[in-house]
Amino acid sequence: MNGDETILRFEGVTVEFAGVPALKRVSFSVPKGETRVLFGEAGSGKTVALKTALGLIRPVEGEVYLFGREITRLSEEELFDLRSQVGMLFQEGALFDSLTIEENVAYPLINQKSIHAPPEEVARRVREALSFVELEHTLEKYPSELSGGMRRRVAIARAVVTEPPLVLYDSPTAGLDPITSTTICALIMKNRDLRHTTTLLVTHRYQNGNLLANYRYDEASGKLVPATPDRPAPRTIFLGFRGGELVFEGTQTEMEASSDPYVGKFVKHNG
Amino acid sequence: MLDFAKGPILAIQEFFILAGQAVRNVFRRPHYGADIALQMDTIGFGSLPIVILTGFFSGAVMALQMSRALAQYGQVGRTGTVVSITLVRELGPVLTALMVAGRNASGMASEIGSMKVTEQIDAMRALGTDPIQKLVTPRMIATAVVLPLLTIIADFTGMFGGFIVAYYLLNLTPAQYWHTVWTALEWNDVSQGLLKPFVFSFAISLVGCYYGLQTTGGTQGVGRATTQAVVVASVLVFVLTFFITKIFVGNVVS
Repeated sequence: MNGDETILRFEGVTVEFAGVPALKRVSFSVPKGETRVLFGEAGSGKTVALKTALGLIRPVEGEVYLFGREITRLSEEELFDLRSQVGMLFQEGALFDSLTIEENVAYPLINQKSIHAPPEEVARRVREALSFVELEHTLEKYPSELSGGMRRRVAIARAVVTEPPLVLYDSPTAGLDPITSTTICALIMKNRDLRHTTTLLVTHRYQNGNLLANYRYDEASGKLVPATPDRPAPRTIFLGFRGGELVFEGTQTEMEASSDPYVGKFVKHNG
Repeated sequence: MLDFAKGPILAIQEFFILAGQAVRNVFRRPHYGADIALQMDTIGFGSLPIVILTGFFSGAVMALQMSRALAQYGQVGRTGTVVSITLVRELGPVLTALMVAGRNASGMASEIGSMKVTEQIDAMRALGTDPIQKLVTPRMIATAVVLPLLTIIADFTGMFGGFIVAYYLLNLTPAQYWHTVWTALEWNDVSQGLLKPFVFSFAISLVGCYYGLQTTGGTQGVGRATTQAVVVASVLVFVLTFFITKIFVGNVVS
């Protein structure tokens, strides 16, 4: 594997909160353009892994390479530049509730020093990002005026408005009904397949991972279509977390064939 | 034994790190002028009614109480002196600071705390802003500017409250009252009366923001952070006023 092409790499990463380990010597790497699906029970370290990848949490041990740079010892200032190339969707969206939808989506364009877009461009790109998630009519509204699914879509718009090459999604479908969650997955895949972004997705639902691994977004029809050998979906690897440890890493086929009951639980319960 | 002390010492260390960063940000770009103005409006203008009311009645009650004591020496005519000195040196700064601590330290802790538990603070960092620069520094600057101003307003309304009591209940003439009020004050009184709110402002804003940023554990955590912020900020006001007074009184005596 070409080292330059690795977008994100964890090497023996241990994270502790007040002495309690949240990640234990986790190592994995994500080559450019590939998809990773992170699964595991609540509190198993999936969210912590995403936040560590962004440098929001500093590990006590190990190294994190983001776009080839070791980030665990970078200052917050230096991290801002790297973070501008990463989109992050937080659990529950984490929209700023005192700002309108327009201001929320414009936030990274205005505040990220390395982007710092001029006002006309901000307005255009915000509109573009909102029409990407089919919510261009909500500009003046506040997050509290939207439904849960709509808020999640706005959060996706905010995460991808800067067109980052790497996007991290933390439980984008948690708490949504199956139909809405398929819509959210379709948006994630639309962004992945149109812009060829590297994607990390934390999820509790096996169907989401299944969708990401076996379908792709078809630009002509605007729908999800099954991947075919000549037009495959990006390589998708499943990462299983348990109590802060990485206990499984493999393809969907390997996951379904796994004899580990912990891994099996996630396949069967949702399958 | 050592483990018992570790928690509080760590908290104090984190508080001073936050304070250091917040102060350093005053001299660094970017500055969020709109946020400072907004905070000045909520803390300053928003606290006006409560500050005027407490100021007025504390002045009035001081006049009433002191007239009783002064009557023993036949000095009711000097009520203005006592009201003026106690208000400017102590009651004005401390009561105003307590009101603002109750209103705004709690407001800051709950607002920032809610943002913390809904990951908005993390989102800010992920999207290129330093939460200390964007949230803490504007609140600190705004409080430092408006608390001395609020204190001056409280002092004056307090003197006016004292006047109402002196004129209607103690039968002093306006000239007599205002003359004693005015001549009682020295630079030492005025300078400590203005230094106190300036110092208190940092305690109030930084404690409020500190507890907000430390919030964990959902809505319950927000409630806990809010309570702690008000309690700690209020106690700090009393501790600080003692030490500042000690410095000034020490000067006068020696």
